[in-house]
Order: sequence, then C-alpha cells, then structure tokens
Amino acid sequence: MFLINCPYCGERDQSEFSSGGEAHIVRPKQPTELSDDQWAEYLFMRKNIKGVQFERWNHAHGCRKWFNMVRDTSNDKIHAVYKMGEKPPVK
Amino acid sequence: MKNKYSIFSLIKNAFSYHENWQKAWRDPEPKKEYDAIIIGGGGHGLATAFYLAKKHNMTNIAVVEKSWIGGGNTGRNTTIIRSNYLWDASAGLYDHALKIWEGLSQELNYNVMFSQRGVMNLAHNLQDVRDLKRRTHANRLNGIDAVWLNTEEVKEFCPIINTSPDIRYPVLGGTLQRRAGTARHDAVAWGYARGADSMGVDIIQNCEVKGIKRNGDSVEGIETTKGFIKSKKIGVVAAGHSSVIANMVDLKLPLESKPLQALVSEPVKPIIDTVVMSNAVHAYVSQSDKGELVIGAGTDAYVSYTQRGSHDVVEGTLKAILELYPIFSRMKMLRQWGGIVDICPDASPIISKTHIKGLYFNCGWGTGGFKATPGSGDLFAHTIANDEPHKLNADFNINRFVSGDLVDEHGAAAVAH
Repeated sequence: MFLINCPYCGERDQSEFSSGGEAHIVRPKQPTELSDDQWAEYLFMRKNIKGVQFERWNHAHGCRKWFNMVRDTSNDKIHAVYKMGEKPPVK
Repeated sequence: MKNKYSIFSLIKNAFSYHENWQKAWRDPEPKKEYDAIIIGGGGHGLATAFYLAKKHNMTNIAVVEKSWIGGGNTGRNTTIIRSNYLWDASAGLYDHALKIWEGLSQELNYNVMFSQRGVMNLAHNLQDVRDLKRRTHANRLNGIDAVWLNTEEVKEFCPIINTSPDIRYPVLGGTLQRRAGTARHDAVAWGYARGADSMGVDIIQNCEVKGIKRNGDSVEGIETTKGFIKSKKIGVVAAGHSSVIANMVDLKLPLESKPLQALVSEPVKPIIDTVVMSNAVHAYVSQSDKGELVIGAGTDAYVSYTQRGSHDVVEGTLKAILELYPIFSRMKMLRQWGGIVDICPDASPIISKTHIKGLYFNCGWGTGGFKATPGSGDLFAHTIANDEPHKLNADFNINRFVSGDLVDEHGAAAVAH
C-alpha cells in the first residue's frame, strides 16, 4: 500500500489505481507474421523484476487515464511518474 | 531412518526431559559437486529432494535455501488441501497430491496433522451455481469426490454461516469435497527435510544463489554465498523468486510475483470444523488446532516482492467474512502477513524442462501451491531424474504458452485471485 502521484490528479491512495503490468512492451505491427515463439514472448513472457521496474498504471477510480511509473518492486518506492508517450527517465 | 519417532521414543525421551532428541537434519557444508541441486528449501523443493532420493536413488543431491527451512511460503499459507479442480490435467495433478497426503504422516514417520475435515465452496449467484455444479460433475467424472449442497445443507454442514436471503451476496448453495482439509504446514517442510536428510541429501540453509553457470546450452553449477557448487542438473523451486533465478540465465518466464496475505484471529474454542471458501466475495476461513481462525485474503493486483501486502485487501476480506459469519464480529485479529506468489497467466503451475539442458523449473503455483506439495515434489523428481515429464505433469510444461494449450484454472480454481 502506497501513495501514487497521478500526473493529472496529484497524490492519491494506491487503491484508486490499477496496475497494467510491465511498460514499454510494444504491440507487434504485423502479428500474423510472427512465429508462435515471438507471439508467446509478446503475450506472456515478463521480466518480473525484483528491483526497479517500468510499469503502466491506470487511475481507475479517478481520472481513468493511463500513465507510466518507475517503481522499485523490492520496497514499493516510486522513483518517477511520467505520462504516456513521454520518454522514460534513465535510472 | 536413524531415529524413528514412535510412542516408545516419546516415552524414552520423556525420562530425559526431552533434552536428548536427535537433530531432525544435519547442517552440512556444501560439497564441491552434486548429481543434482534443488534451489529452494520450501515444501516443494524438499519434497522433490525426498522423492529423488527415495524413488530414483539419487542421494548425492543438495537443497540450497537462502533463508531457513519453513521460513518462506511453506510457513505462510493457509494450509488448505483439496483437489476439486475443473480440468482433467489439474484434477490429475492435485488428486495425485491428495492421495499422497492421505498416507504422508506414515511415509515420513512425521505427523503432518493431515485433517480431512472437508472443504466447502459457496455459490452466491446464478453463475456461481452453474459453474460449481459443472465443476462437481467434472470432478466426479475424474473420480474425485464432490457433492452439491443446497442452502439448507450448507447451513446444516456449517451452522454459523449466515444463509439469510437478505444479505448482499446470499448463499445459494455450495460444493463439498469431504476428502479435502488441512495439514500443519511447517511439519510438512520439517518432515520432508528430515526424511531427505536421513537418505543422505544435504540441506544447506542460509545459502543464497547468486548466479547460474552455463556452458552453452547446458548448466554447470551455481554460484552461492557459500561458494561455487558444481552440478549438471539444477531444479529451481523458488516460488515468488523464480523469475529472479530465471533472469540469471536470461530466461523469461510467464510469471508475475505478487504479495498474498493471510491473517489469524485470537484463539477461541472450536467453532468451525471445516474449511469454507467463497469465490465471489473472496473470503475463506478455517480454524487451527490452536483455535485461531485462519483467514486467507487476496493478492495485491501489482508486482511486488515486499512480503506485506495492502491494508485494503485485508479490509475487503474481513468485510466479506463478517457478512457471512456475523458471530465473528467482535473477534480480534492477532497477526497478518504476506508471502510472494508467482502467478501464471492461466493460474496453473509449470513443472517442466527448459531449453537449457539440465535446468528444470517448478514454479507458477500462484496462490494455491501448498495443497500440491507432495505431488509436485514427486512429479518434479520424476522430471529431473528421467529428463522427461511424468504423464501427470506433461500438460504443465513451459511450452504451453507457445502452443496455446493452456490449463485455464482462473475461473475454475474455486477462488478467484
């Protein structure tokens, strides 16, 4: 449980948000041309990092907008929050 | 077995004030090389080592554990054991485990306090009723005991449940598996540790794995805080930390690690003599032999390795508990804790070889691994010893995420997580 600084609404309780998992996984432009291995990689395989991870979050019970977050999954400390489309900060 | 536990050994040791019991397992330094190494000294890892030694005569093996035996998820779960899963593959897997549970105390010469007190799953809406009835039929076709109970029968089986039609999620019935129940979770880890140790398995505690040494497409050993240990076969049973180990060899797994919480109340006199689970409102409860209510909450819906979890998850579970059991309204909760569970997209485990020769993974048990401990160990031992899966875990291979042959137990696993 922690506070998240929504880039649109400001600081709110984490329970207002829902996590969209690992960020910056780009949807393949031509899914039909992928092999099963490549499709499985895109669809299912995750880094699941213990440490600093880039994630997508949605302010589900607020402005309902998506944004990105850099969070340390070993202690839930949030290092940065940035809007969709913005460049991720270098850690 | 060196020091068999029996009524006679109990009496004998009573005369010396129980001060001369032999250590349950040794505390050896790691050898230079083993025939196989198991990473992770939880129930599943220790069971794997036990069956490797017992059934496959592999006794030159080690279990490396970064902490102490019984300190991880083995000691953090809510000890529920059942096998009423929907799909054939899962039913085969979990009922294999349940059959081993039924003779486990004798097999280990260690009382794991397996108690077949029954597990009841409640239905709160029409879809629940349909799903649970379907599951009952599927279970019976697979030879697993399951019965459907209507509301009155639910009330009769567990009188403290509020079956009033006026509550927000009324009880419309439920399923009951009478062979299901609970066991003492740390006794399971200790029993397997003692059993494996007595056959020569080295259990190395406080030994964290820092890296896996690879030679092309095969493994050569592990780098640990106690030095390098050589082995051509490495079985990883690291639960929530499976991805951390996998990342050491650049292997990606379809897992997300999340905190799962449980809590216990102050101890009271016997009030609930079974296990009651509810999918729709997410609450499940049983009573330990000490008298505490053992309550399982849900997972936090984000990746985290912090062994605590959020308060609102516990709050939601307790709200549901209070509506179903108004009698608990004044009980105080004593302890709350979290464990990190590794969840697969299809909520089924992976017991599998990998594309790296000699590297095996047993992971993805998510929120319900404890019940499978003996079966998981047995099948993983078979997979490691023969370099081929047993027919019961063939469907739980890692390639199902490529082929699409998922074993989707999300809606069917009796509790939604």
